[in-house]
Amino acid sequence: MLLDTSTIGLVEVEEGTKILPPNLIITTIDNVVNWSRLSSIWPITFGLACCAIEMMAAGASHYDFDRFGIIFRGSPRQSDCVIIAGTVTKKMAPVLRRVFDQIPEPRYVVAMGSCACSGGIFRTYSTVQGCDIFLPVDVFVPGCPPRPETLMEGMMKLQEKIRREQARWSPWR
Amino acid sequence: MPGTYLPSDYLPILIFLIIATAFGFGALLIGEIFRMRRRYSEKLMPYESGITPLGEPRYRFSIRFYIIAMLFVVFDIEAVFIYPWAIVFDEIGIYAFIEMVIFIVILFIGYIYAWKKEAFRWD
Amino acid sequence: MAVIEVRMQPTYKRMEPLEIAEKIKESFPMDVVEVTSFRDQVSIIVKKDNIVDICRYLHDDPNLSFDHLQDLCGADYLGKKEPRFEVVYNLYSIKYRNSIRVKAQVPEDDPRIRTVTSIWAGANWHERECFDMFGIKFKGHPDLRRILLPEDWEGYPLRKDYPLEGPEKEWSGFADAIETAKKYREFDWEG
Repeated sequence: MLLDTSTIGLVEVEEGTKILPPNLIITTIDNVVNWSRLSSIWPITFGLACCAIEMMAAGASHYDFDRFGIIFRGSPRQSDCVIIAGTVTKKMAPVLRRVFDQIPEPRYVVAMGSCACSGGIFRTYSTVQGCDIFLPVDVFVPGCPPRPETLMEGMMKLQEKIRREQARWSPWR
Repeated sequence: MPGTYLPSDYLPILIFLIIATAFGFGALLIGEIFRMRRRYSEKLMPYESGITPLGEPRYRFSIRFYIIAMLFVVFDIEAVFIYPWAIVFDEIGIYAFIEMVIFIVILFIGYIYAWKKEAFRWD
Repeated sequence: MAVIEVRMQPTYKRMEPLEIAEKIKESFPMDVVEVTSFRDQVSIIVKKDNIVDICRYLHDDPNLSFDHLQDLCGADYLGKKEPRFEVVYNLYSIKYRNSIRVKAQVPEDDPRIRTVTSIWAGANWHERECFDMFGIKFKGHPDLRRILLPEDWEGYPLRKDYPLEGPEKEWSGFADAIETAKKYREFDWEG
């Protein structure tokens, strides 16, 4: 070891991150990139049905989403993830797939509500039995509708998933 | 002699310009070098709420822009002529004032003509 | 301060729904099949041929004045009744506060009936929905096409012989979405 860490006073705060008090932090690029991505997930609102109301409630002032860095964007080109809130019908499925295709990587999918997770109570000719038939879903948030706190826990699980990612920031790592 | 300005006094501005441009291009360049690429046709399509785009993206814009631009150029040149006259107004006397008034009146007649011919009408 | 009291005197004579049904029966004796009543709700079952005349009469007559088409829907009585379909018109008179229901029988081998959009403009989308779900075509409709399902969907879902969970063959747009998903599931970064 070129650097004898014990004499300099480096404190290891968590695995992989060392701090030299008071203000020098040594960590890996993965940690920095993952931290910056999870702290500002910008979803595109794909509110289809009743779950959209709960998503709006989660984004409003009482259960604020903005304090997590989650700002709802209107266009897939400016967003990180898609929160599918509501029943996905077969007429809507190609539209949803196209919108998902137009989100730049790294992109994530949160299926909110029972209808998006598995078709809910609608086992009929027009309802897709779970949007994971045609989308790679990262987090399923069940509920009919899930409370805003449930959706927040879903987003926190997504944040944990992003924190565990490795080497997803460059072709040359 | 008041106000001798050497060209080398403007060097900081040039450096500033170069750094600002480098910031902009550098951000895009770093992204382009370090980006993971995966392009496929559905991703590259223009966004139109999830459907394949309908209609033509380019449409003809109207002739009114050309007319307004022409009028702007004419009256802007008139303003450019008025500026140096205004600076040396103290020293050139009453005749220059009368000449400038004649100049402005001629252009004002042109302005009234454009007004009457509905060049300023937008719709 | 003088208080001006305006009392709205009712200037009409309200007819009972059964009276209205009898009046229709008198005016169109060949078309009325049956008059039924259940808990003060009167329905008149008519043949489909003169439905526009009957509705025009119901709308224009000053004593009846059914100017609000509350609902227009279809019903499928597969196996229970012959003719198979019925188009149900729920009418309401705003002036007289009367409701009545007119049901027009539509047979399966000729599922066509004339449109009432010329009488009530709001029937436009209701008839489109009836066409979408039952396949009953409305002659003279300005824009008869599917309203809820995709344009190229095959089949009429609210018929009793339509499978609940959908036919074996998926709709083409949905099948395409699944195909795209399969195509792009495995990928490699280009660098």
